[in-house]
Amino acid sequence: MPARISRQDVAHVARLALLDLDDDELDRATEQLGAVLDHVADIEALDLEGVPPTAHPLPLRNVFRADVVGSVLDRDEVLAAAPSAEDGRFRVPAVLGEEP
Amino acid sequence: MSAGDARAIAAAVRSGARSARDVVEEHLARIAARDGELHAFTAVTGDRALAAADAVDRKVAEGIDPGPLAGVPVALKDNLCTRGVPTTCSSRILEGWVPPYDATVVTRLAAAGAIAVGKTNLDEFAMGSSTENSAFGPTRNPHDPSRVPGGSSGGSAAAVAAGFAPLALGSDTGGSIRQPAALCGVVGLKPTYGRVSRYGLVAFASSLDQVGPFGATVADTALAYDVIAGVDPLDATSIPDPVSATSAVLGEGVAGLRVGVIAELVGDRMGIAPDVLRATRRAADVLATAGATVEEVSVPSCVYGLSAYYVIAPAEASSNLARFDGVRFGMRVDAPTTLEMQRATRTAGFGPEVKRRIMLGTYALSAGYYDAYYGKALRVRTLLLREFAEAYERFDVLLSPTSPTTAFPFGAKTADPLTMYLNDVCTIPSNLTGHPALSVPFGVGDDGLPVGVQLLGPALAETTLFRAAAVLEAGR
Repeated sequence: MPARISRQDVAHVARLALLDLDDDELDRATEQLGAVLDHVADIEALDLEGVPPTAHPLPLRNVFRADVVGSVLDRDEVLAAAPSAEDGRFRVPAVLGEEP
Repeated sequence: MSAGDARAIAAAVRSGARSARDVVEEHLARIAARDGELHAFTAVTGDRALAAADAVDRKVAEGIDPGPLAGVPVALKDNLCTRGVPTTCSSRILEGWVPPYDATVVTRLAAAGAIAVGKTNLDEFAMGSSTENSAFGPTRNPHDPSRVPGGSSGGSAAAVAAGFAPLALGSDTGGSIRQPAALCGVVGLKPTYGRVSRYGLVAFASSLDQVGPFGATVADTALAYDVIAGVDPLDATSIPDPVSATSAVLGEGVAGLRVGVIAELVGDRMGIAPDVLRATRRAADVLATAGATVEEVSVPSCVYGLSAYYVIAPAEASSNLARFDGVRFGMRVDAPTTLEMQRATRTAGFGPEVKRRIMLGTYALSAGYYDAYYGKALRVRTLLLREFAEAYERFDVLLSPTSPTTAFPFGAKTADPLTMYLNDVCTIPSNLTGHPALSVPFGVGDDGLPVGVQLLGPALAETTLFRAAAVLEAGR
């Protein structure tokens, strides 16, 4: 396990998470995330060989319901709480021709 | 300090001895007098509360029972959706968002006759242990306004402690009900994962989040739990097992109960303050005197819970909070393209701690690091489940401190995120295992501020936790 996260790693992760960081924020985040990851490294002391992962505390199964129309949210009420809407849909700026 | 007695209020309102309007007006007056100083609420919904109180009073006049919480004011953490009332998660990014539906717990409380008086402050998106991460300013501890109330449900805990409402709801992902309950001197329960519906709770870490009640007394907290517990078809993770009323068994005592004190959490390795350790030892003595057998038990992986949690919770948060992108909810920062708009909205809308956790989680899940961090953390979770299962073969209930210290001053732990995270060391294991845990006030620390002790049990053992808590409440 790498001891610390690099400044480049933090910049990459911020980009993936759609967050803009200025230079100061990038420095601070690199230091703070590094400190947390250093602490988390104490797990290395455990023997986890052969231990299966647990993603969830309950033995979950699929839950089914009858295939009938239930109560649904009111469309106008949902759209009224959105930043922008038009013709019964969420409205966003241009999406075509963007660099990803 | 707290004047709350939900049971007495409900009894008086149901019998017609007191009107719900009178009860609500009294509580709104207390809020008006002191919440300017404490800031427990992000919004007080006085007009709605009075209208709901009048509806309860009309039922009583018509001979219809309004329910077990008739006329009881409740405060709701502002990450629980309330139809027609803004729900902010104490974040700029949700400012102005009005949910088009109620959380199931909100519906259940109303159906039982309870009156919502407002939405309470929290650390942004429930990420924090002091409410200092709220975008709208911190909540102050009613016992000492120069100190934090704990968090993330600090507003709910402070509201109950200040007598603004006898009951409140919070959410607990790593201790966010129990730690503020301890610091504010009230009772707080994190129920078994799946026991209380999370429909309408804004998700933070979906395999850990649980909604639960706060009350000034054990009996009040049990009453609220009985109302909100149970299966919900709208929450696929809710447990179908029937709920047995905890209120009925509160007086049964602890004779013959096997209590284990978690050795790792009362040792000198975890930074627990001496006054908190003394209170925990004394709580063990009170249970023993009441007829329980008390022994120490080792749960070695408890020590690693914090590390596993601070990988798992941010990982899940990074995924859950992807939905806040300026398209469907709340605020938007305009930009020429959608991608730029999303980036600008998230950058302006999230506070520093939320950004930190999103980045930490994104990193832990990213290619090349997934196995080193997330994969290992999930294996630690298995170890914890195994060790607790072993402990519960020998013990009915486990005991530990709730929080390493009493309420700390503002700014004391904000310089370095890790220092704040260490607050959660005693509470995190129950979230990782999905087991119930409860904090009950037990005396005061060297500074005169409240100390809470934590009772832990296996899945669906809420009734046993309440029984033991009632004994500690009587013996503190």
